[in-house]
Amino acid sequence: MASTEAAGVTPTPAAPKSRKSVTGTRRTVAVLFLLPALVLLGALVVYPIGYSVVRSFYDQSGDGFAGFDNYEALFTDDGIRTALKNNVIWVVFAPTVATALGLIFAVLTERVRWGTAFKLVIFMPMAISMLAAGIIFRLVYDQDPDKGVANAVWVGVHDTFAQASAFPKAHPGRESPLEAAPGGGFITKATVSAGTPVSLPLVGVAPDQMPDDAKKAVPAKADPSGITGTTWQDFTRGKGVGTLGGVDASELGYAGMKIEAVKGGEVVASTTAADDGTFTLPAAAEGAQLRLPPDNFKEPYNGVDWLGPSLVTPAIIASYIWMWAGFAMVLIAAGLAGIPRDLLEAARVDGANEWQVFRRVTVPLLAPVLAVVTVTLMINVLKVFDLVFIIAPGSSQDDANVLALELYRKGFSEDQPGIASAIAVFLLLLVIPVMWFNIRRLRREVRR
Amino acid sequence: MRSTSSKNRTSRAARAAAAVLAGALAVSLTACGGDDDSGGNGNEQGGTGQETGNTVTLPKLDGESLEVAAVWTGAEQANFKQVLAEFEKRTGAKVTFVPAQDPIINFLGSKVAGGQPPDIAMLPQPGAIKQAVDKKWAKPLGADAIKELQENYSPGWQNIGKVDNRQYGVYYKAANKSLIWYNNQVFENAGATEPKTWDELLATAQTVYDSGVTPFSVGGAEGWTLTDWFENIYLSQAGPEKYDQLAKHEIKWTDPSVKDALTTLAQVWGKKDYVAGGATGALQTDFPASVTQVFTGGDQPKAAMVYEGDFAQVNIVQAKAKVGTDAKVFPFPTVGDTAPVVSGGDAAVILQDSKAAQALATWLASPDAATIQAKLGGYLSPNKNVDNSAYPNEVQQKIAKALIDSGDDFRFDMSDQAPQAFGGTPGKGEWKALQDFLKNPTDIAGTQAKLEADAAAAYGN
Repeated sequence: MASTEAAGVTPTPAAPKSRKSVTGTRRTVAVLFLLPALVLLGALVVYPIGYSVVRSFYDQSGDGFAGFDNYEALFTDDGIRTALKNNVIWVVFAPTVATALGLIFAVLTERVRWGTAFKLVIFMPMAISMLAAGIIFRLVYDQDPDKGVANAVWVGVHDTFAQASAFPKAHPGRESPLEAAPGGGFITKATVSAGTPVSLPLVGVAPDQMPDDAKKAVPAKADPSGITGTTWQDFTRGKGVGTLGGVDASELGYAGMKIEAVKGGEVVASTTAADDGTFTLPAAAEGAQLRLPPDNFKEPYNGVDWLGPSLVTPAIIASYIWMWAGFAMVLIAAGLAGIPRDLLEAARVDGANEWQVFRRVTVPLLAPVLAVVTVTLMINVLKVFDLVFIIAPGSSQDDANVLALELYRKGFSEDQPGIASAIAVFLLLLVIPVMWFNIRRLRREVRR
Repeated sequence: MRSTSSKNRTSRAARAAAAVLAGALAVSLTACGGDDDSGGNGNEQGGTGQETGNTVTLPKLDGESLEVAAVWTGAEQANFKQVLAEFEKRTGAKVTFVPAQDPIINFLGSKVAGGQPPDIAMLPQPGAIKQAVDKKWAKPLGADAIKELQENYSPGWQNIGKVDNRQYGVYYKAANKSLIWYNNQVFENAGATEPKTWDELLATAQTVYDSGVTPFSVGGAEGWTLTDWFENIYLSQAGPEKYDQLAKHEIKWTDPSVKDALTTLAQVWGKKDYVAGGATGALQTDFPASVTQVFTGGDQPKAAMVYEGDFAQVNIVQAKAKVGTDAKVFPFPTVGDTAPVVSGGDAAVILQDSKAAQALATWLASPDAATIQAKLGGYLSPNKNVDNSAYPNEVQQKIAKALIDSGDDFRFDMSDQAPQAFGGTPGKGEWKALQDFLKNPTDIAGTQAKLEADAAAAYGN
């Protein structure tokens, strides 16, 4: 084992050969004093680990020996495989990004006057429990732009470039003269002719979404020299449609609705409805069908589906980084303080620019600290549970699954303690090499 | 599935808080409800005892002590403790409430393994009672308790507490899961009326949609709300016999009756703009939010109707809406021949047999006990001898009446009867299959195939 190897090369004095140590304590006395700690460690750490290992070889009820069946399930069960895949993504991305950000923050804060205040702010998320952070981010990523700040920003940016339409969700009511047009929008079933006013009633626009300048709709007057008509919301509050296909007193016109006259697939004329919903088309539209083109009805942009199956893992990783970048920063900043300034100065005197100093001097000198931070975060990431458990909604928990969560699900909600123990043992095996690396590095640090 | 007893982590804390509100509301409603004999001001310590008649004979149990485990929190727990207090007063025994965690069967497992099981536990599902019997934890009821049960409960409610023809469970608390709650203001604005049949429901939905409000809110982030939708449609459309067969997996999920039910369901789930937030939005809406979004937002809430059981009241109160005026309710409409009544509930099961435990089970089966908690609100009893006027408000009375009137035609929540891996695990089995169906309501055959594959694995046949 590592400890014996390390002990072999250790320059500290070798263990005394006599029964008495340097301080003159008898070994029995030493054992006596160590006993409480050993008992506690044994009962609380060694025994549970041992029991988990044993349990992982037994079946669901715990009565029958199952051999390696539970371990086989580890690699055949779909849920566990997704969890494994996600764990790999977590281990690769979360620690590296958090460390990189921590490094950048540490180096930059060293140079600004309010560095400490800045560090304090970055470090602050560490003071929040994972559970609370999870609840916060569940809200941040909420689909509804009115609730989730991520989508609020995203939709805000999107809508500055692409205007939403005025009449989303408008649709023909019962027995409507309109039908859905191929390619979106709505089209009249019959052709229009001059002298007969056309009515284009729709329903379904929420009152608070009607354009502000919409006025009470009025029936269009017949005009033998052109096509006239009205397009309006054929719905009276509290009364339903009122007169079906007819303009009622309190119904509003669709101000600004675009109307096209289509003949044989070609747009021959187009216009926009007035505030009271009336419109006039030239005589050229005689015999055409009237179409309300689809851009009248474009759905409002609803933002990104952050917690949907494809983005849920990156989204949760981002929240993890929000928490832990501060931790990385503080450790790296401590390491940074220990770098001899004269080395940096020497590099600058030799004509290196700031990037070169950072890349060729600072980072190599910080390498041990960076490694420790990354490895610590890796251990931390392997057992990530709370963030995933809380942020992922039930419908995408499967897609966000990680081993620790699957362990919990198998053990406590599916009543499969055998498989859960196998996952626990597997996690332990994954953590051991990382731990070993960390311990070895620490020993080397001590020796230096 | 899932009765009020916290089934999921997200809603538990919220519900605890809301349950307090519900309790407060219930008390205030009693106070102003004009229901003279219930006497809203008679609720001081121990006062409830005098109001209820003494219909049950209990032995003297001075010096005995008992433990009762249940997952209830907040007001629900406080109210139940009043029922226990009355038992203490009448018998002289001492009863301790042990707060348990979900799933309670696992909680009990560790208690039994530790050699200290509670004397009585409240188990939410028939499946859990069977499990407890199979593991030899549960003890059958004695003659007194059975007599009390037979006097007060319809055979249907007795039978779901039986395993292998022996009576183990007393269903103390029930849930009516065949209700649709709606925003009264929206219905008035749209000129919509309460539907009685599925076609009328669709017409109402269309009217609401025409008025510019999305008709339905679906809490799809949690699969149990979706299974409840399906169960109501299936029970009404395919009938109770098929429902029982499907619950036991005697017919396959690929059965044509399942196809019909899913097709019917798709008339709501699959229609563009009928579900608030669309399918993706609904899949991220958890149950409390699916209720509150119907009753917040003034004239323009996110949706007009939400389907769920009587326990949705807790969330309605949380949304600062008044049950009975802002929020109204109608029974789930008839899809086939009769309107469905899907229910849930918690049954008292004896884990340590003693005279005192039997007496407590008898007490919980009595109308006296149920009346105490009914008056405190937020509670439904399957006990047919509980006076309907004991419920604190009109809505609660309506719900209780529908439950009792259904007699033996009610059916217990199907997913609660299924093995947990199929009917009760987030992201697995029926929950996941219906979530996928909500996302893609045209894929009926694929959903059926997936349901059947998962069911076959979970039932082991």
